[in-house]
Amino acid sequence: MIPFLLRRLWQSLILLAIVSMIGFAILYLAPGGPMSQFAQSAQMSQEDLDRIARQLGLDRTLPVQYWDWLLRMLSGDWGRSFRDNSPVWSVIGSHLRATFELMAVSTLIAIALGCWIGILGAIRRYSIFDMVATVGAMVALSIPTFWFGLIAIYLFSVQLGWLPAGNRQTIGDGSFLDVAHHLIAPALVLALVETAIWARFMRSAMLDVIGQDYIRTARAKGLPEQAVLRGHAMRNALLPLITLAGLQFPTLLGGALVTETVFTWPGMGRLFLDSVEYRDYPVVMGILMFSAVMVLLGSLLADMLYAVADPRIRMG
Amino acid sequence: MIDSKAGSGTSRREILGLGVGAASLLGGLGSAHAQTRSAVPPQKPRGQVIAGISQEPTVFNPLMPGSEVDQGVWWQLFNPLWSIDPQGRLVADLATEVPSVGNGGLSADGLVWKIKLRKDVKWHDGTPFTAEDVKYTLDLINTPGFRVRNRVGHSLVKEITVVAPDEIHWRMESAYSPYLSILALTFIVPRHILEKAQDPNTAPFNSAPIGTGAFRWGERVAGDHLLLQANPTHHGEGPYLERVVFKYIPDLTMLYTQFRTGQIDYLGLSGISAHFVKEAQGLRGRKLSLSPTAFIEHIALNLEFVPFADKAVREALYLGMNKQARIEALYYGLPVPTESFLPQQSWAYDSSLPAQRHDPAKANALLDAAGWASGSDGIRQKNGVRLEFANSTTVGNPGREQSQQLLMQDWRALGVAMRINNMPGAVIWGEFWQKSKFESVMVGSNFMLGNDPDVTPRFSSKAIPAKAGSGLNTYQYQNPEIDRLLAEGASQFDQAERKATYGKIQKIIRDDLVLLPIYQTVMAEGIKDGLQGFAANINCSSNCWNMRSWFWAS
Repeated sequence: MIPFLLRRLWQSLILLAIVSMIGFAILYLAPGGPMSQFAQSAQMSQEDLDRIARQLGLDRTLPVQYWDWLLRMLSGDWGRSFRDNSPVWSVIGSHLRATFELMAVSTLIAIALGCWIGILGAIRRYSIFDMVATVGAMVALSIPTFWFGLIAIYLFSVQLGWLPAGNRQTIGDGSFLDVAHHLIAPALVLALVETAIWARFMRSAMLDVIGQDYIRTARAKGLPEQAVLRGHAMRNALLPLITLAGLQFPTLLGGALVTETVFTWPGMGRLFLDSVEYRDYPVVMGILMFSAVMVLLGSLLADMLYAVADPRIRMG
Repeated sequence: MIDSKAGSGTSRREILGLGVGAASLLGGLGSAHAQTRSAVPPQKPRGQVIAGISQEPTVFNPLMPGSEVDQGVWWQLFNPLWSIDPQGRLVADLATEVPSVGNGGLSADGLVWKIKLRKDVKWHDGTPFTAEDVKYTLDLINTPGFRVRNRVGHSLVKEITVVAPDEIHWRMESAYSPYLSILALTFIVPRHILEKAQDPNTAPFNSAPIGTGAFRWGERVAGDHLLLQANPTHHGEGPYLERVVFKYIPDLTMLYTQFRTGQIDYLGLSGISAHFVKEAQGLRGRKLSLSPTAFIEHIALNLEFVPFADKAVREALYLGMNKQARIEALYYGLPVPTESFLPQQSWAYDSSLPAQRHDPAKANALLDAAGWASGSDGIRQKNGVRLEFANSTTVGNPGREQSQQLLMQDWRALGVAMRINNMPGAVIWGEFWQKSKFESVMVGSNFMLGNDPDVTPRFSSKAIPAKAGSGLNTYQYQNPEIDRLLAEGASQFDQAERKATYGKIQKIIRDDLVLLPIYQTVMAEGIKDGLQGFAANINCSSNCWNMRSWFWAS
């Protein structure tokens, strides 16, 4: 296990270095820049813009800026946001909780509902339930999340007044019930798409498994159908889903850009969008590196879980 | 709460009444307005207002580069020496009176300034405000390493002398009348806090500021909201609200939706999108204020681009533009057509400028006479140069994008080919705009410095960034007569004389068609019924300027 982990760590560091170089180059070479937000102000001349750019270190060459950023990053200093001058790590940290809250709830709903629909669909293949679930999943995957979000807001907030039209909590309240009330609509909208993905994966995995010889053997030796499904089929069908779970892991902290925007949810997705829009280079790079680490961690976690779940797989 | 004893001697009630009157005046244009019933402000601060905004306030040091949204917050936390009311008058704030030659605050040559300050002002931490704070603020602005917004006017300030805790004098390097207006938008920062900081650029003050304003810092939840608490020791009017919350909602549709569902009380700064205005006017328990802004929507022409160097082309394009159709079809008749770069509410606005009329026949005749002959594909050309150009604006602005389509049609009828080349905000307002790399741009600009009509940074030949100038003359306009008039206007202190000077400037700019003016923007702001005290103020960067006077009718 330890040699495996060390090898993965080494590979991860190389990957992170490549990601940082490509990300930095794309970001800084893209047209426009952080100064453009002030360019229309009558109060700021070109001289002022040049001076501020110099003070932010933006007048240096790209390799020099990258090297400076890298050295500071390695020493634990992620830099400061161009927008509010806060340390990047604290900017990211302040958005993590909101994102985790939303993503964890929606993912839990999606896994529970998606697995149930997938399993049932596979067992009752080509039944009305299976067909409805298949069509439903296709619809959920085809229609953009923002549309579902807008419909949910129009229906449940504007027309019925049951749910708030966005926000994470009522300012000045923030009790568990208040937060839960605000969480319902965005979590369900986000879960809708995720449920469809999990249902399709689960159905496919179950269909693969229930056609295997060992399932036929289990049935032949007289095991009850429930025991066959639970003990043999489901357990094996869950294996490919570990990969999916590993891939989903980064999104738990990476945020959902569209849903967070529609529901005014102050999470990582919106932070990323705002930071790109304002060309807040330090924050964008911080999010990029954070997401890259999460992807690598998710992948590593999936590999380890695979080994735990399937004794045939050995790491080394 | 200390009752107001403003420098002008106006009582709290009178100021409130003034604000109400001004709001009605400015919010006119046939709109229903929030200020339609009289109400008395509460004795103690009560309730809260949630102001919905589509940009997040992130800069809290009022001397650093910030957006209009940031400035909306600064107005609550800080005070300038004097401010500008909705009628354009300078009203004393931290100073006891606005300096003038008449009251001895300004020397006859405009070089010596003597400012008397209030003695009853305290910072939010209880420390008394003194002339040392004013000196520190002006010194900090001119400190080379400080990331200041700009030094326009401030760089002329020399020999600052603190005469007494409540009096400060300084000498100007040269007479510069717009400085009165610049100081009306310059907030004073606390010396006792900032001088302790190792680097004022990264001082803790910048993320939890201490000011003298009607509200003090509460909490900021990044990406979500900013909460300010009433300052019970405020020296002036109000506050009448316990809390003010700036709620950040980036999507304009969601912003309006939350106003509709009652989650926000005031929708301003970005305003209600034009296509929602009619619906918003019918909402129960909500009022609309149609507030003219200082932004002039126009087509910016790069005068170094060969076809635009020909005045006949500029005149023909202007004649060929169906301005009113655009205003009606795309903006539901909200904006006001204009011919000047100044808003119509400015004291310097010249109402005698010739009104544009849509006359394609005359436009065609002008181009024919200027030698722009129609080519085989219907596009005019002259000396091998096709009358074809690109027009750019920010992507994702539906109004402007549709407006471009109409312009294409209008000008195609003249044998002019316009191409659309739109870009994200961060791209177009970068070097493309600053260094005049565009051919034409559709843009809304505020040309004023506070309420001062000094447009030296916009039209002076020394303000062309593409020619190493310091300014915003991205049109690359050069006219010695304009340079002379701009210098004259900036050194005059008599308003009547200045009005005449800036009238001449407006006439020349209109005649030369440096830019093709389309309309003055009118912003639709939403206010929940019962919220009193709102007063649109075109002279401030934000209509939140007087939240200290806002209160809920009981």
